[in-house]
Amino acid sequence: MNWKTFGAMLARDAHVARRNAIQLFMQTFLQPLLFVFIFGKVMVGSGYMPQAYKSLLLPGIIAISMVFTGVWAVAMPLIAEFQWTREIEDRLLAPIDNAWIAIEKVIAGMLQALVAGLVVLPLAWLVLGRGVQISVGTPLTFALILVLVAAFSACGGLALGCSMDQQHIGLMFSMVMTPMIFFGCTYYPWSALNTFPILQKVVLVNPLVYASEGLRAALVPQFTHLPLTAVLVALLFFDVLLLFVGLRQFEKKAVS
Amino acid sequence: MAVGVRTQDLRKTYNASPPLAAGGLIARGDAKGGKPPKVQIPALDGLSLEILPGEIFGLLGPNGAGKSTTVGVLTTRVRPSSGQAWIGEHEVWREQALVKRLIGVVPQRPNLDFSLTAREILVFHAAYFGIGSRQRNERADALLEKFKLTERANQMVRGFSGGMMQRLSIARAMMHDPQVLFLDEPSAGLDPQTRILLWEIIREYHQAGRTVLLTTHNMEEADALCQRLAIVDHGHVIAVGTPGELKASIPGGFLLRLRFGKQTAELLQKLQALAGVREVRATDGTGADIYADRGGSLIPQIATVAASSGAELSDVHISEPSLENLFLHHTGRSLRD
Repeated sequence: MNWKTFGAMLARDAHVARRNAIQLFMQTFLQPLLFVFIFGKVMVGSGYMPQAYKSLLLPGIIAISMVFTGVWAVAMPLIAEFQWTREIEDRLLAPIDNAWIAIEKVIAGMLQALVAGLVVLPLAWLVLGRGVQISVGTPLTFALILVLVAAFSACGGLALGCSMDQQHIGLMFSMVMTPMIFFGCTYYPWSALNTFPILQKVVLVNPLVYASEGLRAALVPQFTHLPLTAVLVALLFFDVLLLFVGLRQFEKKAVS
Repeated sequence: MAVGVRTQDLRKTYNASPPLAAGGLIARGDAKGGKPPKVQIPALDGLSLEILPGEIFGLLGPNGAGKSTTVGVLTTRVRPSSGQAWIGEHEVWREQALVKRLIGVVPQRPNLDFSLTAREILVFHAAYFGIGSRQRNERADALLEKFKLTERANQMVRGFSGGMMQRLSIARAMMHDPQVLFLDEPSAGLDPQTRILLWEIIREYHQAGRTVLLTTHNMEEADALCQRLAIVDHGHVIAVGTPGELKASIPGGFLLRLRFGKQTAELLQKLQALAGVREVRATDGTGADIYADRGGSLIPQIATVAASSGAELSDVHISEPSLENLFLHHTGRSLRD
């Protein structure tokens, strides 16, 4: 392992992120802001949803924001760099094993996902004001869940980014991301699916379910949620699985 | 100490078309509708090379000959189906990270980092190689100056012309002062002035004791720049030597490409009998290639012989000893085909 090379590649990504700060800011903030505004403010304010929905919704928004950002931050540059600008070749020729180049991408994506998740909290506080009842009972659990969610988002981005063709980007978002979000227990708790027992079992293959439920367990434990242990084990499982698939796909792309 | 390059019996078969990393120039055999069938495309067919430490070596061959795939294998980007490759003492596929430290690569098509400025591209590249901050900044400035890019140093490369991108690619490859510099079709698409600048820079780099491997299908370039050449076709080496040696191996040296109204065996025999003619080859139905040790002075005799056989000479093209003729002699095909 060559830490100097790894550090320099992270520095490059940070430099590019700084340069594109405004664009990145819009990309990261706008969506959760609108979600919080429509679902938390408009729907609750107009009386269609009970006050408690604000608190129930928030962990889901954090999860969506993180997963979207993590996948996007890793997959999009990879698709462009491998297939279009081919600029990744510069890093593939750096004196480091190819797998570490992929891991560097994952770390950079995780950092962006963490920022995207954490900004939802002040955002929600700004838009929703009082009435959001969140409590970080055990900060360590909350941090652990955030890291695991960030990791599966970024690893998912790696796996998708190295498997998709440039012309299938739209398909990736409509066929993978959209169902994932709607069946991800983001706008409703998993227990709400009690009346749809088959669906309730099927959605368990969706890693976003564990992200939403885990964050619910950490932030709004007053609502029923999946047991914390199950959430942690599942998230860890998806992290490892997606990392493994992602690294394999990356190697396939990097070396012909 | 200078570092050599060696390959032994390299073979590579692509499933479907070769990727961009290897030039991607072999036509793809798509079937109508459905999934395209897996097409096996042999790109390297037992390619063995020995490039001496500190020489400028050229791989000359037409598109699809396997030049880029060879460079891909030597630069860790293409995994050979079988065979071995070494940079110095290090086997490329066993010691990748170490090998990458020894080599610099200028790709066939620009792959510059579009999110960075010209100067940042050089500085970050050096950082990937662990070069200290002061040294990498100094070196970047020196190379920008040398490649006449100082004025554009702080601009994003997105708007650069093809020639500027190519110059910057070469500067980037030199940033970590590699022992072996690979240049894949370095002068393709460059204007003559820039090409000469490039040749000067390659020669200068070589004089500093570095090994240079370049691929080209430009004979002039191979002739002007390379100390030794390998002519590559269909994935293997068909001839190796200095440009002079290779040219001397063409029978006679001169090539006369003739075309007749009609062509007979009798005519070919008569042509073979002319003084100075070394070899006669029929080409399709109406032509003949003559290798001879003289050129224009043969034409009157050829015309006479043709007339006496009832075949009218309709077209003549004379070329002097060149690598192009050499390629034609070995493969029966022109380099540009």
